[in-house]
Amino acid sequence: MSKQPAIELKNITKRFGKVVANKNVNLTAYRGEILSILGENGSGKTTLMNMISGIYFPDEGQIFVDGKEAVIASPKDAFEYKIGMIHQHFKLVDVFTAAENIVLGIENGKYDLKRSTGEIRKISEQYGFDLAAEKKIYSMSVSEKQTVEIIKVLYRGADILILDEPTAVLTPQETEKLFSILRNMRDDGKCIIIITHKLHEVLSLSDRVSVLRKGEYVGTVNTAETSESELTEMMVGKKIELNIERSEPKNSTDRLYVNGVTCMDRQGATVLDNVSFTAKSGEILGIAGIAGSGQRELLESIAGLQHLSSGEIFYIDPKTDKKENLRDKTPVQIREMGVRLSFVPEDRLGMGLVGNMDIIDNMMLRSYSKGHSMFLQRKAPKDLAMKIIHDLEVVTPGATTPVRRLSGGNVQKVLVGREIAASPTVLMVAYPVRGLDINSSYMIYNLLNEQKEKGVAIIFVGEDLDVLVELCDRIMVIGSGKITGIVDARMTTKEEIGLLMTKSKADGKENDNG
Amino acid sequence: MIVQFICRAILLGVPLLFGSTGEIVTEKSGHLNLGIPGIMYVGAISGVIGAFLYENACGNDAANMNGVLAVLIPFVCAVLGSTLMGFIYSFLTVTLRANQNVTGLALTTFGIGLGNFFGGSLIKLTETDMPSIALTKTSAFFSVKLPFADDLGAIGEIFFSHDFLTYLAIIIAVVVAFVLNRTRVGLNLRSVGENPATADAAGINVIRYKYVATCIGSAIAGLGGLQYVMAYANGVWSNNAFGDRGWMAIALVIFALWKPSSAIVGSFIFGALCNANNYIQGLGAETQELFKMLPYIVTIIVLIITSMRKKREHQPPASLGVSYFREER
Repeated sequence: MSKQPAIELKNITKRFGKVVANKNVNLTAYRGEILSILGENGSGKTTLMNMISGIYFPDEGQIFVDGKEAVIASPKDAFEYKIGMIHQHFKLVDVFTAAENIVLGIENGKYDLKRSTGEIRKISEQYGFDLAAEKKIYSMSVSEKQTVEIIKVLYRGADILILDEPTAVLTPQETEKLFSILRNMRDDGKCIIIITHKLHEVLSLSDRVSVLRKGEYVGTVNTAETSESELTEMMVGKKIELNIERSEPKNSTDRLYVNGVTCMDRQGATVLDNVSFTAKSGEILGIAGIAGSGQRELLESIAGLQHLSSGEIFYIDPKTDKKENLRDKTPVQIREMGVRLSFVPEDRLGMGLVGNMDIIDNMMLRSYSKGHSMFLQRKAPKDLAMKIIHDLEVVTPGATTPVRRLSGGNVQKVLVGREIAASPTVLMVAYPVRGLDINSSYMIYNLLNEQKEKGVAIIFVGEDLDVLVELCDRIMVIGSGKITGIVDARMTTKEEIGLLMTKSKADGKENDNG
Repeated sequence: MIVQFICRAILLGVPLLFGSTGEIVTEKSGHLNLGIPGIMYVGAISGVIGAFLYENACGNDAANMNGVLAVLIPFVCAVLGSTLMGFIYSFLTVTLRANQNVTGLALTTFGIGLGNFFGGSLIKLTETDMPSIALTKTSAFFSVKLPFADDLGAIGEIFFSHDFLTYLAIIIAVVVAFVLNRTRVGLNLRSVGENPATADAAGINVIRYKYVATCIGSAIAGLGGLQYVMAYANGVWSNNAFGDRGWMAIALVIFALWKPSSAIVGSFIFGALCNANNYIQGLGAETQELFKMLPYIVTIIVLIITSMRKKREHQPPASLGVSYFREER
């Protein structure tokens, strides 16, 4: 079958203020193929795809659909060119049913939900989806929501499908299922473009790979003729060691002992169910699990921010070996007990830092109780801020810039820097490299390793299984609030962890379409 | 007595029904329009100006007045005046993305000031000693009853004795309920208020929906002001007599859980609650004021109950009060 170019981009440039998100990008995608757009975070993949789907309009350059120049000024125009995008953050209305979401915005024909539901069922059967059209979105699992998104664009008759990081929120099993559906669509003659930064997915799924780096087009290769290291090199520009350093834990002793912790959310649902484990000094304990399985609540429980229904959290003092129960203590009480606990929360600008305050003021958030004068003493926090900017190579106009204006990676460096500066004995980090590029990520890994060498007990909640397997000493897997296994990171495989992540789902409460 | 109480409750409830139906339409597009009290006030004074000019043009003689024009002129004036207010609100909050609460409150202050300015001017023009204008001739045209109402006793009194704006209010509320729940336009509008980014990605013109919903909502609310002057107050305008009906209309939106069909019932309950103090014997001036709190207390109770039940369908539109900008990162 000779392949038709479905979509061609020529010299596309997009700027946001002074930032150039895409610069002279050229790209071609054919019918009946799966094209991967590969690039680090912030390389402009999503921006580029948003221009094809009409969310943004390019500042320069042309887009050709089926060989003809196309002006895509709005998502509506994109539909007319049969282009559909499945966004990373689902664009669904929570209080609507699946069917209502799917027909939303379609103008032609009579408004008849029953007939639409029949058509939706037909599409589901054709490609092998599982979907209850009458179900409200807010009661759906992430993978069901994604199904709604995909059917939504198919229902509109899209034959160019763009998927933005579709696997980020899926379990390995759900990912496999999605991939087989995507292959069905490809064989049906559709053009599939998938944005990702996961190399193994690129290699297993796509026919060709186009690589972007810092907003610029690097090149396109056939998947069959490339390798992981070639792609990495194209992606990061210089050859970097994929392996994360990992030292053997030294003089490991028990530092934190969590026993039978159960906790409920505000709706009264159990979010942590009888969780027990021990964190040891000088080791990194990884926590793996599908997003929202109770990772956040677990860390917040330890930090004194959650009310426990039952269970205890013991801190074992490294000097005296005395056990102290942290249950029902506030963060201030925990600190007054001499427990040096540092917490890098997932929501950096919400729980970690104050976006509108500058780096110095954010440093003071941790030391505000230290001053004895009625006026602020900015000398010490200022020195700390300057030290962090220097040591961690924070890119900022100065220490007095509001942290909100820094990029994600630099915000994270400021936060991690501050937490480490408190010389903790227990360091909890949640998704510390989310949204960071590879170099910043490695800097964070190195910082964690340094702390580990100093004998800090580190709890690392992560999402990238490759990183967890390479960085951590032990990995605890959590599913629907229960611990489904604790494995030795040096011996385990990603498949084993993936299985443990979904294990609880079979006997868990809601979805079982994994 | 009971019949009279019910009729009074309906009469009091209708301006609230107009106000809250209008506010529901606006809120469904994601805009919390706190300018409703001002908009209703402007609707009222616009209608008064129209009626005043028409009465003067006819030499203040009811015999020269055409019934259709006497109703139509104030009606159109009220719609235009309040739509203009709605347009100002949408320009500020949709296009310029100004804070909705601040804009709304400013509009209320502005609308009331504007109404009082024109009200005061008209009163001066009439050259009477009364601090009010009486447009009783126009009011009479507004209050024409259905011809068979008097023959049906209590039933006729309760159901058929009202002015035409009362029936219009109910019809509008029913139509709005139908449009919101049963049509594509309604689905699109609700999606704009719930999640504008989603609506935008689905190809819906978010800006247009917001503008149109706000302007139509304001026009509907403005009719509430007109009904107040022409039917409730028998055509007598005096500054600030409209009171806190605008705020009560906004409370009614919450009471009705953003459903126009519930707003119909709710408005009559509110009307009854507002009026209860007049029908209970032996209340002092101070206890009367306490009774006037009833609608608000009931609203708070509804809020407490719905917050406790946490049913997603009973929540305000998810993006209420949030400005939408497509290219925001």
